[in-house]
Parts: sequence; C-alpha cells; structure tokens
Amino acid sequence: MADYYNPKDLRKFGNITEWSEELGEKFFDYYGKVFEEGKLTAREKSLIALAVAHTEQCPYCIDAYTKDALQRGVTKEEMMEAIHAGAAIKSGATLVHGVMMMNKVNKLDG
Amino acid sequence: MTKLKTQSLHKRNSELAQSNKQLEILSNGIFGNGELPTFAEKIKETGQFPMKPKKLEILQINLGYMCNQTCDHCHVDAGPDRKEIMTVETMKQCLEVIKNTGAHTVDLTGGAPEMNPNFRWFVEEASKAGIKDFIVRSNLTIIRANKKYYDLPQFFKKHNVHVVSSMPHWTRGKTDKQRGEGVFDMSIKALQELNAIGYGMPDSDLRLDLVYNPSGAFLPTNQENMKKDFKKALLEDFGIHFHDLFAITNLPIARFLDFLIASENYEEYMYQLVEAYNPAAVKSVMCTNTISISWDGWLYDCDFNQMLELKVDSEVKHISEYNEDVLNDRNIIISQHCYGCTAGAGSSCQGSVAE
Repeated sequence: MADYYNPKDLRKFGNITEWSEELGEKFFDYYGKVFEEGKLTAREKSLIALAVAHTEQCPYCIDAYTKDALQRGVTKEEMMEAIHAGAAIKSGATLVHGVMMMNKVNKLDG
Repeated sequence: MTKLKTQSLHKRNSELAQSNKQLEILSNGIFGNGELPTFAEKIKETGQFPMKPKKLEILQINLGYMCNQTCDHCHVDAGPDRKEIMTVETMKQCLEVIKNTGAHTVDLTGGAPEMNPNFRWFVEEASKAGIKDFIVRSNLTIIRANKKYYDLPQFFKKHNVHVVSSMPHWTRGKTDKQRGEGVFDMSIKALQELNAIGYGMPDSDLRLDLVYNPSGAFLPTNQENMKKDFKKALLEDFGIHFHDLFAITNLPIARFLDFLIASENYEEYMYQLVEAYNPAAVKSVMCTNTISISWDGWLYDCDFNQMLELKVDSEVKHISEYNEDVLNDRNIIISQHCYGCTAGAGSSCQGSVAE
C-alpha cells in the first residue's frame, strides 16, 4: 500500500456493496434518503455533513462535501463558520471533561 | 466601472484559442485510452446514436464575440479584443429566415449582442416578424457600461424583448471573482432598473430570467433549489425580482477548458460529467430543437459546436442557403464536450432539460 488515502478511491465508494450486497445497499439507500430535502433543506444538511467531515477528519468526506457545498452555492465564509461550529463542539467536548478533573481534584485534595 | 478579469485566449495567442486543439484534448487522454467512454459510445448504450434533431423551436443568433467583459469561464472566449461582428448583410439574411421559420423563439447572444452597432435596427426589424419569444442575452453590465446603453431597458420593453442575464451568485465576492471586479454592483443596479420598468416583477409579462453557472470545477445543483436561494437573497438584500433561473453546466471548452487544465481539474471534472450522465437528458438537449447561427452566418447544432467550429452535417451549412427541411434531416455532431449537456438534470441555454 503506497498510500493510505488515494483521492481516486472516493469514486470506488459504491464498490463496498460488492462484498456485502444487502448491507451495502441498505446503507446507500439510507445515506441517500438522509440527504434529501426534509424538515431541513439539503443545503443545511450539506453544511452539517461538512462540519462533521472535519470533526471526523475524513479526507474523502471533506473532498465530497466541500464540492457539494460549492454546488449548492454555499460561500466559503459559510463553510468556515460551519467548520467552526464543529470545532467548537469538539473542543467543548474536551474542555467539559475539565469538570471531571476538577471534581476529582476537589475530592482528593479538598 | 468594472475591471476586466483577463484577455481572451485569442488575444493571448493561447493554443486553446484553436478549436482543433480543444477537440484534440477532448478526444485524447482519458477518452483516448479507454479510461472513460466517449460520448458516442455512451449514447450507443441506449440506442441514441446518431442523434437527430426534433422539430426546430429556437433560432439562436450570435451577433458577435465582442463583449465588455472577459469572464473567467466564457465558452465564447469573448471580450473587448474580439472584433468578430455580424454584418448588416448577414443580419438581412437572418431576417429572411426569421420571417419564414417554424421556430417559435429567436435568441440573440454574443459576446454582448448590444455592442453590435446594428443591434437595435436588427431587433426592430426582427420583432416585426411576430416571433412568440424574442430573447436577448444581456450581461447586465452593458446597460451601465456607457451612456449610449443607458436606455436599453426602455428599448427592450418597447420591443417586448425577453431578457436573459447571467448572474453567477447572489454575493459580490463570488460574482466578481468570475466576471470581474465591480460586475456585481453594476449588475444589481441594472436589475433594479429593469425591475423599475416592470421587468421580472411577479405579475409582469416582461420576462426577466437569470442564468446561473458554477464559478469553478463543479456541477450546478438542483435548479429549483438554486432559484429559491437566488430569489430569497436578491429580494432580501436588494429588493430585486426576477422570473426564472436557468442553471447551466460549464462545458469543457474555450476559457473553461483552459481553467480546468491550468488548475489540474480537467480529469476530475470529466469524471464528474460522465458519472452524472443522464440518458433521459439526451432526448431533450438543445441541439435537438435549436439551430445556432454564427456572426458570419454559418450554421451549427449549438452554440458550443459553433465555438468548436463544428458546422452542421448537412448540405445546407450557411444562412445564405438556409432550408429548414434539409437541415432537420441532419445528424447532430457530437464530441466529449456534449457530456456537459447530459449531466444530471441536463443543461441547455434554457436551463435543465430533464426531471
């Protein structure tokens, strides 16, 4: 394996169905349905996906949802704001555990 | 004032100014080595080769390649440095055709068609022929470019012209990046002037439609969703109304091809087009109901074939020998750029063509 990540592999995503047809198809049906227009617009869902793509640090997802956002007319400022929303949750999730540390210190060391 | 983005490929003496060089690129590489199917191979899969025209509905007439803008992705390679302009003699030949055609729509394009010195005379004469839908593709900034154009909105109204204008985004940044600094503000002003005399207003018969094409190496999204976003933003931010929005895919020719190659996006973009191929769109692409006439009177299956200098495959090749029955019996000339019109919901000068 020369590279763990190859941009061209994104085009082969659909191939996962070959080795587990039923599960693969169920996944892609679900995936497609999730991103349809619903109570949230497809544009809003695309921005959520972009933010999560970054918190998950998935290169394929960042590639796909940056393009998807551009296609939907999302501006680069909107994209960066969405990523900050993800980053804030990610850092908040770290920092909120500081309370656990504080609880422990208070218990052990008064 | 607006600031020009660049010079035309012709002015820069770029090898991509030559149509045969563009066609060579589109036929070799990933299409030459079999990595991707050619357009002909693709449409053969569904028995749609050769492509034949249906009933002629639209005469699209290019009044010249001169333009006051040099937008990044112009498939015409238009600009102020292009001097190709339709003569009165060719216009007279077009008028004869317009009087006798079975087409219901005349669609004037360019460049900026208004920059042809005989534009107004031609519109006045053509509008007498009782064409159902008379379109002028106006880039909007021309209306504010010079005093002599300030009354264009009134002129359009007088002749019941259907105005179709390019607007790549509802924000200044994205619009100016593609079309030149200052273009957004000037376009907004022009749209407000058109609104002020009734164009684009909700119950008005004075049609004002916008054309959206992506600002980079990606495809347009759903046309209806994009229309909603445009309508909301332009109304809230500038009080602007318009009727319809046509989402058009950038075809890999001329300056967009130059951009794709220079930014190393060409192969990925062609993959996107091929993967988004929709056989249902083939039935309704614009070459099936349109004849494109160049500034010098040659006939083409579409505006893109005109820019690639692929004249119609017919005994009748020039406006001087125009015969609709003979023309309608032709095979449509295709190459890999045609994938641009069959991607997703399809693309044409009238926007999406398939559900």
